[in-house]
Amino acid sequence: MSTNTDATRYCEDVVKKFVLAAIFWGVVGFLAGDFIAWQLAFPALNMDLEWTTFGRLRPVHTSAVIFAFGGNILFSTSLYVVQRTCRAEMFGGTGLGNFIFFNFQALIVVAALTYVLGFSQGQEYAEPEWWIDLWLTVIWVAYLIAFAGTIMKRKEPHIYVANWFFFSMILTVAMLHLGNNLAVPAGLFGGSWMKSYNLFGGVQNAMTQWWYGHNAVGFFLTAGFLGIMYYFVPKRAERPVYSYRLSIVHFWALIFLYIWAGPHHLHYTALPDWAQTLGATFSVMLWMPSWGGMINGLMTLSGAWDKLRTDPVMRFLVSSVAFYGMSTFEGPMMSIKAVNSLSHYTDWTVGHVHSGALGWVAFVSFGALYYLVPKLWGRKEVYSLKLVGVHFWVATIGIVLYITAMWISGIMQGLMWRAYDNLGFLQYSFIETVEAMHPYYVIRALGGLLFVLGALVMVYNFVKTIKGDVADEAMQPSTAGAR
Amino acid sequence: MASMEKDSVSGQMTTGHEWDGIKELNTPLPKWWVYVFWACVLWAIGYWIAMPAWPTPTGYTQGMLNYSSRANVAEDLKAQQASRAQWMAKLQNASPEDIVKDKALLNFAQSAGKGLFGENCSACHGAGGVGVPGAYPRLADDEWIWGGSLADIEQTIKFGVRNAHPDSRQSEMLPFGTGDAMSADQVSQLADYVVSLSAKTPAAGSPGEALFAERCSACHQEGGVGMKDLGAPALNNNIWLYKGGKEGVIAQITKPKHGSMPAWTERLDAGTIKVLAVYVHSLGGGK
Repeated sequence: MSTNTDATRYCEDVVKKFVLAAIFWGVVGFLAGDFIAWQLAFPALNMDLEWTTFGRLRPVHTSAVIFAFGGNILFSTSLYVVQRTCRAEMFGGTGLGNFIFFNFQALIVVAALTYVLGFSQGQEYAEPEWWIDLWLTVIWVAYLIAFAGTIMKRKEPHIYVANWFFFSMILTVAMLHLGNNLAVPAGLFGGSWMKSYNLFGGVQNAMTQWWYGHNAVGFFLTAGFLGIMYYFVPKRAERPVYSYRLSIVHFWALIFLYIWAGPHHLHYTALPDWAQTLGATFSVMLWMPSWGGMINGLMTLSGAWDKLRTDPVMRFLVSSVAFYGMSTFEGPMMSIKAVNSLSHYTDWTVGHVHSGALGWVAFVSFGALYYLVPKLWGRKEVYSLKLVGVHFWVATIGIVLYITAMWISGIMQGLMWRAYDNLGFLQYSFIETVEAMHPYYVIRALGGLLFVLGALVMVYNFVKTIKGDVADEAMQPSTAGAR
Repeated sequence: MASMEKDSVSGQMTTGHEWDGIKELNTPLPKWWVYVFWACVLWAIGYWIAMPAWPTPTGYTQGMLNYSSRANVAEDLKAQQASRAQWMAKLQNASPEDIVKDKALLNFAQSAGKGLFGENCSACHGAGGVGVPGAYPRLADDEWIWGGSLADIEQTIKFGVRNAHPDSRQSEMLPFGTGDAMSADQVSQLADYVVSLSAKTPAAGSPGEALFAERCSACHQEGGVGMKDLGAPALNNNIWLYKGGKEGVIAQITKPKHGSMPAWTERLDAGTIKVLAVYVHSLGGGK
């Protein structure tokens, strides 16, 4: 610990609010996801109401988990980390922090309402209409000012690696958001002010959409969460980061290569062949830069591996890095055109996304939350580490059920679609493939249910922690990260 | 700022930086990581040389393999069509009756029909034509509302049932239970008789029998054998499109339900409909 850390005041009440919002939206988003998973298995759950159909609830789920849960996690952790590692109070202080917080929460509620009521740009992960996009731009610029301002007034000579990742996330997301939402409100031409049309049409629209979509994964859900990993893993393990050089090389390689990978979402479409080639090759070159982050995360534990046995919070953090490594191998593999011809449009893609989203993003978030909540509320440790262990196992089993069900169902779906009989006719009709997937949809929904239950255990644990309770447990690790 | 020091676990030096207690080791890049990274880069360069890859002011680099996904699809389709060409020609000139007689041709038509049925028909009639109880008729049995011969089936597929097409099959049962057409007692007596017909034990001499002769037999025929030309279903068996039993029969007499089917001639060509007719005919009950 730096000798004079204690002399600096940190703005933590805003961080606390973001933490609580993240927990709340996490549960909402997981519940929405599991509900629509049951809808896929049992369509009657669409309830024949336009507002509750899968098509409208799915963006509620994706926006709730990515932007509401993930976004609040990024706000809370980045603003906590940047202050600590710069030894500087947040630029703009509580006033700017509250502006970001309240506007962002209100935006989430408004965006979700518009989805349910049927307003959408029809672009995946960019569903909010143009006026919500403008509102988000204002919030994001405020966040950029708060973050960059804190870095500029830092008292440390160097900028810590976690902050490079957070900063690249903030800048790139700003660029992606503006680029993919260049839309003309229909109101300008006598239509509805609630509707807009994208500046790009046809395959150009598809290309900007997946330039945006893949880099939303690459920067929002990867670079940002690598920033989380680079702070919370060494803090909790109480070990130095494995390799400074690796962190530099993999950072620059990652952000340079990621931005090109989007076209792999459009293999075998009207997108020109040359763009598909670039998408596939840059995705494969991205494999090692991604694994650089995994290596740095895992190897930071050398000398502290025993903590995996004693500290369930460490287990969350380390498993998240392992899931990250698995997804970032699977992703480049799926972007190879021969593999993609089988996996594209199938549940395999859905499984891949969730091994990253549940295993990597959510687990590293849980690890960070279990570290942060006791810290922020001035407790020595979370209420019950045993319950953290319960959360870990319940959620892990849920993820395994989810992704294995989607692998089987996706590969089966892909094989059924391409099966011909000996006379040259398709062997299966579409509806037969849907019927065949039903059991796997049920297993997936059960896996999701376990993940929700685990999150509820976490909520209980945090309520008790914030109240100041300490569970009577024989086995409290002596190494509890809080100092 | 901390100074560089040796980490006792790894033996590596630290970089001398420190943030909030976090230090960094000066570990060199793992060799295997560097090698695999360059291998991926080499693979990418090789791929760019072989395939269409980089945009240029006038187009894009074509690649040595002359690859084009559009040309590939066209070739695949051509090969697929060529593999079926001989059979398709035979199919084109054959009548449905000819197809059923020629075992090999029938086999081909059924193969084609299975996929066509799955994409076009099974949304309502279910996979394999099992039907949906209470909504869409089953095609895999020998009970036919509009006739089960090859010609009947082809006609039904072509023009559909109760749609706007001028040649569509049309017929509607009158609502006998509303207004002063029949009293509630009479409807009940009639339903009793219809149920007895379906159980193959017609209640001869019952008041329902007289009502049936007066009101129903013009379409459903004496004994409830039905009339295919009018789409009047047989009532002398226990197969019900909507609901059976006394309650179901009363409901249908009082406020009849009618299904509808599109005229597929507006969407599918004559050859496809012919294949579908043969396929449906073969599902279990073709006449």
